[in-house]
Amino acid sequence: MSIPTVRLDNRIIARLIPTESRVLDLGCGDGELLALLAREKKAKVQGVELNEQSIYQCVAKGLSVVHSNLDDGLKGYPDHSFDYVILNQSLQEVRNIDLLLREAFRVGRRAIIGFPNFGAWRARTTLFFSGKAPVTESLPHHWYDTPNLRFLTIKDFKQYAAENDLEILESHYLSSGGEIRLWPNLFAATAIFVISPFRHHG
Amino acid sequence: MSLNAVKSLPYQFAKPPGVLRLESGQTLGPVTLDYETYGMLNAERSNAILVLHALSGDAHAAGAHPETGALGWWDPMIGPGKAFDTDRYFVIASNVLGGCKGSTGPSSVNPATGKPYALEFPVITIGDMVEAQRHLIDHLGIHKLLCVAGGSMGGMQVLQWVASYPERVASAIPIATTLKHSPQQIAFDEVGRQAIMADPAWNNGQYYATGQPERGLAVARMIGHITYMSDQSMQEKFSRKLKNSDYSFSFTADFEVEGYLRYRGDNFVKRFDANSYLYITKAMDYFDQSGDKLIPPGKRVDTRFLVIAFQSDWLYPSYQSQDIVQLLRARQADSTYCEVASTYGHDAFLLEIDEQTHLIGHFLRKTFEDISAGGLR
Repeated sequence: MSIPTVRLDNRIIARLIPTESRVLDLGCGDGELLALLAREKKAKVQGVELNEQSIYQCVAKGLSVVHSNLDDGLKGYPDHSFDYVILNQSLQEVRNIDLLLREAFRVGRRAIIGFPNFGAWRARTTLFFSGKAPVTESLPHHWYDTPNLRFLTIKDFKQYAAENDLEILESHYLSSGGEIRLWPNLFAATAIFVISPFRHHG
Repeated sequence: MSLNAVKSLPYQFAKPPGVLRLESGQTLGPVTLDYETYGMLNAERSNAILVLHALSGDAHAAGAHPETGALGWWDPMIGPGKAFDTDRYFVIASNVLGGCKGSTGPSSVNPATGKPYALEFPVITIGDMVEAQRHLIDHLGIHKLLCVAGGSMGGMQVLQWVASYPERVASAIPIATTLKHSPQQIAFDEVGRQAIMADPAWNNGQYYATGQPERGLAVARMIGHITYMSDQSMQEKFSRKLKNSDYSFSFTADFEVEGYLRYRGDNFVKRFDANSYLYITKAMDYFDQSGDKLIPPGKRVDTRFLVIAFQSDWLYPSYQSQDIVQLLRARQADSTYCEVASTYGHDAFLLEIDEQTHLIGHFLRKTFEDISAGGLR
């Protein structure tokens, strides 16, 4: 049996999470990350997913997953019941970002957020030269069929974090070739941040 | 493939001087429960699943009935290689207390008078039904059930099992059900009860010598059937199709939907007791495991949950299942929830076989693996 290759962003996120963490994955898709975390990190994992077919895939992997819309919030989960709340490739599809992040930090200590970088050079050049909304590897949809409600750059997100008292504890930038460090807002197709609410000292 | 049902002798308990104490404070005894089993109990007694039926169901959940040959009400779900795989699991299907399918109910003979109980039968609750099932499970020598599963009123019993005996339930599958009836659900039940009680043949429940209130019970069942379907499923099944080529300009059943409801109503009165209908619907209306009742605050429950709802079910709308899930989240219980896209309405729990087979099959396998690895706690 061949071992299916795990997506790079999921591998990076899995590295960031300590063993036996309690993890809530918001928009967990087919459950690849959660299954990886359960298997290799002995994590106590739970998912939330809107797509019915993805629910079936999760259940086939033995995962516990709730079929619901993130826009309906995280009602019910007790405060601080998770170590990590993950929003990978789902934040840009959410209607009320402020509310969901407030909820994420109510139920979890830290959040891991991954999103497609609209500032990547490919997106910029498509828009600039062709005059058309970019369709790239990390932004694969057309304007008429995209689930994305928001188009943000790495710079946008950092600004949002600063304005909302969120501390970026760790950043990882991905291009199609792998992880990169140099000029991420221009070269990264995808960004992954570990964030927590800023603790004010003194 | 369907299996051969194993018709066990009905189990009798609470024999004198013993009694079954009911939630109302009244007592009942002796009590008989009808049940069937499928598959084999393993040596560890760790593979037992209790399947619970809805309002009008019975203990014949799967396989061909030894006498009539009729398939059980959940036959596509229970059997070799099916969702409740009888090659792996030992499945028990129990009839409810208050029913009329071989278990003690208002049509049973009251030992004190030698005549049917009729309205002398005490009002029972879902909690009482589960208490009776608990006696059966004890009798079968099973301490911890691998799973308790059921749809509609069966789902209420599932929730009640968790509330009453959480440590005896490794996993729970409440389907198309609710923590409590809404006013709309109570209203439909009350209309059904009024239809029965308005029939002169009901005679204050004393009809066992004279014949039961067939018109009233049939109307109650017709109303029920409307609520079990959806606008779309009725459209697809009947549209405005006529039974004959033209209108009759009379009050015979012109439309197919009229004929269907009459047929269903007339068939129902042959197999179901009107007083049982009153008692069981009342038990459903009384049921309330909302708020802190299902799992008290601060209490941890090891039971795993699979909650299933259906999109077009307007009798038990999915928001009621979401309320269950929210409550489970609050108690940090391991829970999975799926709202299956279906146009069948409430009947979907009997008809959407592929989706439920996938969900339940994998869920049970995982639960059974965990239990086999960790041993029964």
